[in-house]
Amino acid sequence: MRRLPQAWRRLPEAWRRPLAVTGGIMALAWVVIALAAPLLAPHDPLAQDLPRLAGPGPGHWFGTDQLGRDILSRVVYGARVSLPLTLLLVALSVLIGGLLGAIAGYFGRWADEAIMRLADLVFAFPTIILAMVVAAALGPSLGNAVLAVLVVAWASYARVSRGLVLAVRGQEYVLSGRLLGFSTWRSLRVDVLPNVTGPILVLATLDMGTALLLLSGLSFLGLGAKPPSAEWGAMVASGVEVFDSWWVATFPGLAILTVVLAFNFLGDTLRDALDPRTARAIKERAL
Amino acid sequence: MSPTSVPSDVTALRDRVRRLRPFAGFLARRVLIAVLLAWGITLVTFVLTNMVPGDPVAANLGQRALGDETIVAQWRAEHGLDKSPPEQYLMHLQALLHGDLGMSQQSHRPVGDDLAEFVPATLELAGVAIVVSLVLGVAFGMIAALRRDRPADHALRMLSLIGISVPTFWLALLAFYVFFYRLQLTPGSGRVDPGLGAPESVTGLHTVDAALAGQWDVFASALGHLILPALVLSLYTIALLTRFTRSAVLEVLGQDHVRAGRAKGLPRRVILRSYVLRSALVPIITVAGLAFGSLLSGTVLVEAIFAWPGIGQYAYKSATTLDLPAIMGVGLVVGIVYLVINLIVDVLYGVIDPRVRLR
Repeated sequence: MRRLPQAWRRLPEAWRRPLAVTGGIMALAWVVIALAAPLLAPHDPLAQDLPRLAGPGPGHWFGTDQLGRDILSRVVYGARVSLPLTLLLVALSVLIGGLLGAIAGYFGRWADEAIMRLADLVFAFPTIILAMVVAAALGPSLGNAVLAVLVVAWASYARVSRGLVLAVRGQEYVLSGRLLGFSTWRSLRVDVLPNVTGPILVLATLDMGTALLLLSGLSFLGLGAKPPSAEWGAMVASGVEVFDSWWVATFPGLAILTVVLAFNFLGDTLRDALDPRTARAIKERAL
Repeated sequence: MSPTSVPSDVTALRDRVRRLRPFAGFLARRVLIAVLLAWGITLVTFVLTNMVPGDPVAANLGQRALGDETIVAQWRAEHGLDKSPPEQYLMHLQALLHGDLGMSQQSHRPVGDDLAEFVPATLELAGVAIVVSLVLGVAFGMIAALRRDRPADHALRMLSLIGISVPTFWLALLAFYVFFYRLQLTPGSGRVDPGLGAPESVTGLHTVDAALAGQWDVFASALGHLILPALVLSLYTIALLTRFTRSAVLEVLGQDHVRAGRAKGLPRRVILRSYVLRSALVPIITVAGLAFGSLLSGTVLVEAIFAWPGIGQYAYKSATTLDLPAIMGVGLVVGIVYLVINLIVDVLYGVIDPRVRLR
């Protein structure tokens, strides 16, 4: 039993603070819930066999919705929709934005102009508005909602990675690599990439919460998940029609809140634990 | 004219230009960028509208008319659909310059008219929300920075983290349920009590119009209706501004000019106002511009719940009914509003901090 405290003490100071621990536990809990959903959910999330709009009580702790579905089960299963999609969304934004930014920074000239002006255009719209316009044009579906958020989300990664690449591009060790005959690709991969990954990954953690809020917001607007599926934003939307049955909207909303909170607690800790160089790179993104 | 006077005149002129140039040049650059972005925004909405799967002809003409080729061809020609995309874009741009944003499929009115009706309601809501956010956010941020690592700082950090994590649409619904439905502390949906009726429109802002007309009962009602949605809307931006003000103030607190002020024995109040807040204002204003963007995003989610007749609710209705011209109109107008706000922020930035102009 002595081993645990030792491992604990070896953690960096920032990760031992209450905020980091709470965030870590909350995130872990949600991952477990998503993985073990069939074991944890007391009912089938889609079965409409319970009394309609029953308040929270034994048998259905979070109440039931207007179709007689168990809200607890739907919230639990909702983790299987929202968590993977959020991760996928951020991973794709990192890949696309990071790569485009690196291309802009490394090659400069017209590639830089074209990519960064495109990013400026994305920043010219308030986020939900642009995502909403794109989602509406693509047609409402969860996949298209992910695509719409992607259209909005890549730009900030592009800005950060461009800045980082620009900073190392002219440095001697990169130039000497080129002089040794490194191809463009190898130079990018071996000399440039390691400088970019750290800050971008921190940014990605900070961005998770925002991505989930955007995605569930689109679903709330009816531009994401379609009715039968248990998606938290869509569940809150269905609670609008029956707002006097407070439990219909409250619990899925709490699910969104706790997941976003967990990401933000972790992101904030990460920001504190950062080395100054990374901190500066992130700060350039302003938000 | 003596040969020497010409160069001296030129020199004098050049001097004047040189003195003016940094700011004029800075301003011109900013305006040019804004105009280019505005053009880009029209391009984005145009491309998106034309990306839509689905045939606009089928959507607008009845089944029987679709069978008749001459009617279809006539309709296509009338709407410029027989032209190439670039030509169509030019027509679209021309229409936009005349304020023509197309017809809403939902209200069967020109989108421009719809927007003109709804924009003031949103500006009133967002205006109150941004003022609330700035006052509270800057105050909380100052408190947190000055009480660094003490209970007040920890509490504010926790609260601001919660503030940026709450889904706005959920909070709006919850607030509506608790404060209106349960506690009946606030009036329900809409902008004024139904019995009172809207004041005569001068600015479109109900509170201002009511005050101008001297209808104080309407003013009170309009203000009452504003409070809850404005507070819900501003929670996120209050949290955002708290976090940014805290870090901006912390950065300034460690700087030499603040230490010098303290060493001179200046009163704390003077140091805070003239030394700390003044320097921290630049980053705060930048964030305020961004915050306004998230307020505009938030209106889409909040207005739907409070039945606030603004562009947010209009956007929500258009999104749920897939009324594309209306959605594009909202995107265009909100994009332009945001652009103007950012232009103002940029220029303010240059006014406050001369270093920015020279970059």
